[in-house]
Amino acid sequence: MAARIPLVLLACGSFNPITNQHMRLFELARDHMHLTGQYQVVGGIISPVSDAYGKQGLVSAKHRVAMVKMALQSSDWVTVDDWESRQPDWTETVVTMRYHYGRVAKQYQPRMEALSSQPAKSALCAPQLKLLCGADFLDTFHVPGLWRDEDVEEVAGRFGLVCVTRGGQQPDQAVHESDVLSRHRSNIHLVREWVRNETSATEVRRALRRGLSVKYLLPDDVIDYIREHGLYTHNSELKNKGAKLRPLTKQGLLD
Amino acid sequence: MEPVERIRVVLLACGSFNPITNMHLRMFELARDHLEDTGKYKVVQGIISPVGDGYKKKGLIEAHHRVQMARLATESSDWIRVNDWESLQSEWVETAKVVRHHHSTLLATQQNDDEVDTVKIGKRRRIEEPECVNENSSVSSTRKDTPQLKLLCGADVLESFGVPNLWKAEDIEEIVGHHGLVCITRGSSDAERFIQQSDVLWENRKNIFVTREWVTNDISATHVRRALRRGQSVRYLLPDAVLWYIQQRGLYSAESEKKNAGVMLAPLQRYSSTS
Repeated sequence: MAARIPLVLLACGSFNPITNQHMRLFELARDHMHLTGQYQVVGGIISPVSDAYGKQGLVSAKHRVAMVKMALQSSDWVTVDDWESRQPDWTETVVTMRYHYGRVAKQYQPRMEALSSQPAKSALCAPQLKLLCGADFLDTFHVPGLWRDEDVEEVAGRFGLVCVTRGGQQPDQAVHESDVLSRHRSNIHLVREWVRNETSATEVRRALRRGLSVKYLLPDDVIDYIREHGLYTHNSELKNKGAKLRPLTKQGLLD
Repeated sequence: MEPVERIRVVLLACGSFNPITNMHLRMFELARDHLEDTGKYKVVQGIISPVGDGYKKKGLIEAHHRVQMARLATESSDWIRVNDWESLQSEWVETAKVVRHHHSTLLATQQNDDEVDTVKIGKRRRIEEPECVNENSSVSSTRKDTPQLKLLCGADVLESFGVPNLWKAEDIEEIVGHHGLVCITRGSSDAERFIQQSDVLWENRKNIFVTREWVTNDISATHVRRALRRGQSVRYLLPDAVLWYIQQRGLYSAESEKKNAGVMLAPLQRYSSTS
């Protein structure tokens, strides 16, 4: 039996707030990658974006990280990492990936060295880090000013994507319509989600500020936390209203 | 401030719950929000009533497991509970009968409360508020302070009213006319069209509350069983406590899915033999 490639899945996003759907993405992706027979998923990382991202209604990173931590209490393989959220400025996804890849590689290095000294076991694979995303994420590659070409190249080519798609979406079209993505399509794993489960954080925030129930859409602990801190209100939704997303101003690609 | 006293409502959901999923639980939350938003109702309780094994549905595992899973799933809820009366019946029970059973339980509970009241405040109230027992009343309560019982269902149940031999016409009439229906619909379903196309539903349309589910949460129990048989993760589709219960007992397998295979569903068997 050939050795499987150890794989860590990284999800970047607002997590404003985290929902059950975010955690489903990890479960679906892990099942899919295991079925390829080539990968062994050894971990999952959730990396909430920094406040500097400038998205409308984004509550403070401290709260978003705390909620993710609570939601993941019952998971034995997905963890939260607050490195990205602690950066004073927004961090390019590719930079966040490099940071996490460095950590993963460091964890594996001693083991690999130990094993490679035994000649027969030299086949041990280097670990990989792939970006986990929803299908709508692929469309962001087409939004002018959001991505640098060389970053897309590195995310898709060097690392790779695991993209979970829903019923009506056509992710293969998004891949086809981008030259960079289509060049790296063997590194883009499309996972089909058969259960329609469209719990968006936007809908959750909307229900919360209208005083409607969100029970069973996110873990009870997270709902309690939101109530205790009075997190999602009409006021909090006005935050960053009319502001430009930081990637658009930071990278200056629109000029 | 509530100018008018709200009508109290108990929501009843009948079904296989094989197994219960987060979607079943969401239906209760959506229905309660919707009814209370009308300003007229106060939802005081939700009841989950798993069907008995006599229903003969393919892949239906033993009722005691389905009841236990529903109990685990509702542990964190302060208003939804599980009732095993229907699941304990050896033969399949018509939904109208289940509704009748729970309605009479509510009436009996109410009567007990009234007797306590009577001791406290004397008979004055009885005289001032004559019981309005009306056979043709459009709602199920015989007194204004007895909660109404409404059947909670998905759009598929509304649709199933049109399937030959699945329902008795007088049962539909009784459920919709006498009690009422709260129907949760997903994006593309045509609840309004089913109501429009059925005379009995249309006549009782004021008793049918169609609740639109904006967050699509289409977690069918069929899908969950399929994923379980294939060893795929179903985490976050149902409560963790239910998942552990399933895993500990190895409940859903290729073997369990063969149960009742090729057997006619109890309602079809019952009604097609009489017609």
